[in-house]
Amino acid sequence: MDQHSKGFPISHVIGFFMSLVLTFGAAWVALQTSLSMKAVMWIIGTLAVVQAGIQLYMFMHMNEGEDKVANNINIIYSAFIAVVIVAGSIWVMTSGHSH
Amino acid sequence: MGIKWDEFFVTGDPLIFASQIGIALTLIGALAGITYFKKWNYLWTEWLTTVDHKKIGIMYILMGVLMFVRGGIDGLMMKGQTAVPENGFLNAQHYNEVFTTHGVIMILFVAMPLLIGLMNFVIPLQIGARDVAFPQLNALSFWLTFSGAMLFNISFIIGGSPDAGWTSYFPLAGKEFSPGIGNNYYAVALQIAGAGTLMTGINFVVTVLKMRTKGMTLMKMPMFTWTSFITSIIIVASFPIFTVALALMTFDRTFGTHFFTISGGGMDMLWANLFWLWGHPEVYIVVLPAFGMLSDIISTFARKTLYGYKSMVISIVMISVLSMLVWVHHFFTMGNSAAVNSFFSITTMAIAIPTGVKVFNWLFTMRKGRIKFTTAMLWALAFVPNFVIGGVTGVMLAMAAADYQYHNTLFLVAHFHYVLIPGVVFPIFAGLYFWWPKMFGYMLNERIGKWNFWLFVVGFNVTFMPMFFLGLDGAVRRAYTYSAETGFGPLMMISAIGSIILAAGFAALVYNIYWSARYADRNIGNDPWDARTLEWATATPVQHYNFASLPEVTKLDAFWHMKKNDQLQPLKEDEVEEIHLPSNTWIPIYMGVVFGISGFLLVFEWTIAAAIAAIGIFAGLAFRSFDYDEGFHVHKDEILETEGIWRKGANKGVKNHVS
Ligand code: HEM
Ligand SMILES: [Cu+2]
Repeated sequence: MDQHSKGFPISHVIGFFMSLVLTFGAAWVALQTSLSMKAVMWIIGTLAVVQAGIQLYMFMHMNEGEDKVANNINIIYSAFIAVVIVAGSIWVMTSGHSH
Repeated sequence: MGIKWDEFFVTGDPLIFASQIGIALTLIGALAGITYFKKWNYLWTEWLTTVDHKKIGIMYILMGVLMFVRGGIDGLMMKGQTAVPENGFLNAQHYNEVFTTHGVIMILFVAMPLLIGLMNFVIPLQIGARDVAFPQLNALSFWLTFSGAMLFNISFIIGGSPDAGWTSYFPLAGKEFSPGIGNNYYAVALQIAGAGTLMTGINFVVTVLKMRTKGMTLMKMPMFTWTSFITSIIIVASFPIFTVALALMTFDRTFGTHFFTISGGGMDMLWANLFWLWGHPEVYIVVLPAFGMLSDIISTFARKTLYGYKSMVISIVMISVLSMLVWVHHFFTMGNSAAVNSFFSITTMAIAIPTGVKVFNWLFTMRKGRIKFTTAMLWALAFVPNFVIGGVTGVMLAMAAADYQYHNTLFLVAHFHYVLIPGVVFPIFAGLYFWWPKMFGYMLNERIGKWNFWLFVVGFNVTFMPMFFLGLDGAVRRAYTYSAETGFGPLMMISAIGSIILAAGFAALVYNIYWSARYADRNIGNDPWDARTLEWATATPVQHYNFASLPEVTKLDAFWHMKKNDQLQPLKEDEVEEIHLPSNTWIPIYMGVVFGISGFLLVFEWTIAAAIAAIGIFAGLAFRSFDYDEGFHVHKDEILETEGIWRKGANKGVKNHVS
């Protein structure tokens, strides 16, 4: 927090513009292109994940303060768990003949 | 709804009728006893409303021992039924109920409370803290676990027990095939207890990260603290999955949704998938703290620093990651693709690597140590070969192709008992013998301890070794009987006899607790084992504020180094300060009660009544928000007096060593 109270909050501004770009980009892909439904889903999903990362690092002080190592480990571990549970379940449940 | 009132109490079975009467009499007896001896006030202020991590730990342990009796009786009943072919002691339905309650109780209400109880008692002391990070939340954890356990336990006398196995697979566990309310007990009681466990996980992650005393860096933490920390992380990662799965089960059974019913567009396999996404990590949740206790106990009695401390830490961190990646090995035979089965086969075998590293580290710790054969150490020694049998058969089961042969047989049952009993129960017993003096100020008797040990270990092997061979011969699990032509009779009989020896071993432990409480020597000093970690640096039994002044740590095995280098500081009177501690509170036990009542009503699908009772839960939350109690201060005089008593005659804090 402190280092941002002085000087121009450049990272916030960059983060803000990147978020705008990503949001409007997603809207544009969904509304203005004629890509297939599947492609649209993949693209806007990816943009959403990128934006979540930007928010975490540019606005939520992930990389600051004495807890930054712990914060980063936390986020990476949570992402790992989420991927394992969601992607793992989809893979296991749909690839065999059990579904 | 449509509950038949005449079926409210389970009737028609003499065994159950006898237990109903037994329970009623015990309850009346206990209430009358407490009233007669005027102990209500003591019970309420010293135990039921306490937020002291040591007392909460002891209550967990008491609960675990009692539940062990219940789960053990279930186990003996099954062994009695299958001792001879075509036996009529339990019918099919009753057998189903018994293996279900046995499995659930042993894992969730025996292994977990005993481990969490020991964690509660020991971890804050080992890291030189005065309590856990959130003492009141800790009490809430206990009361929710207790409430869930009691709700689950009354199922067999009121309404009927769950009977779809501890895994409760759909479609069997759904309304269509299990129309009674038995399986609602499973869904609701485990939900309540699971919430308590999740809070414990959060509490201990924060405690270990934030409450360590000065100088104790992560790499100077005792191994039990390390494993409890990793266990807590796994709890936080995996219990929410179970919470969601149980909630979906409750919706399916009570509100008619179809998450797991195929006819309604759901997916029954998803239950098995979610269950094991939690269930496998759960296995590591119970085994890791047990490993940690063994590490501390082995290094104490081999009188050497733990061999390969760093590799131990790396191993448990690896286990914590791998343990999330193996769940499919529980359903290799349910029709997954070859790629899925191969992947999970390999990850499962990979877990053997860090586990092997740990086993070798223990062996190297003992190498050339001057080993003291106390009862605690005997459990640790017996652990190694017995657990290896469990581990090796585990690698056999990990081969997906071979698992088609072993799956659903008594081979599997033998395997997981060889993992759970040597890997969890032996270390818990070791931990009880080891830390008992810290908890109560006297030791458990070593002679009775040896009886306890030998009967239990021999009985365990005689019970479960034959099951490997029965399984290979084709005896399926969860089968209430078999015909004489199968030829299973002799081995089944041996196994049943073994279970009686096993029970005798457990009875010896209970007797030991009783005997030692009455007759054991009370004058044992604060460090009877010549131990290495900080919990032994303070009084025995531990005074309520744990440490008069917080110890400072410079090395691993901090207390050992203090003793060796004469750094045990006598208390300087002028440095003693008032100690701030949290006050007792009625809210956690109150929450346990309302959760229990609300859960009970939900089990019977009286949803409106359950919702009304749930208002009590919100009332509790509201009370908590307006609770401005700031705790209390222990005065200097009291500290000086308490410290004076236990330090008197102590050789710089260490009295006689008993061995
Ligand atoms: C005290 C001695 C014990 C005895 C005599 C015993 C005996 C048995 C027997 C006979 C079965 C059922 C076999 C069948 O499928 O027909 C069983 C199942 C099981 N036991 Fe034990 N057991 C004991 C201790 C434990 C402990 C300490 C644990 C866990 C910490 C445990 C966990 C389980 C589980 C999870 C099942 C599977 C239940 C199911 O099929 O749903 N048991 N046990
Ligand atoms: Cu597993």
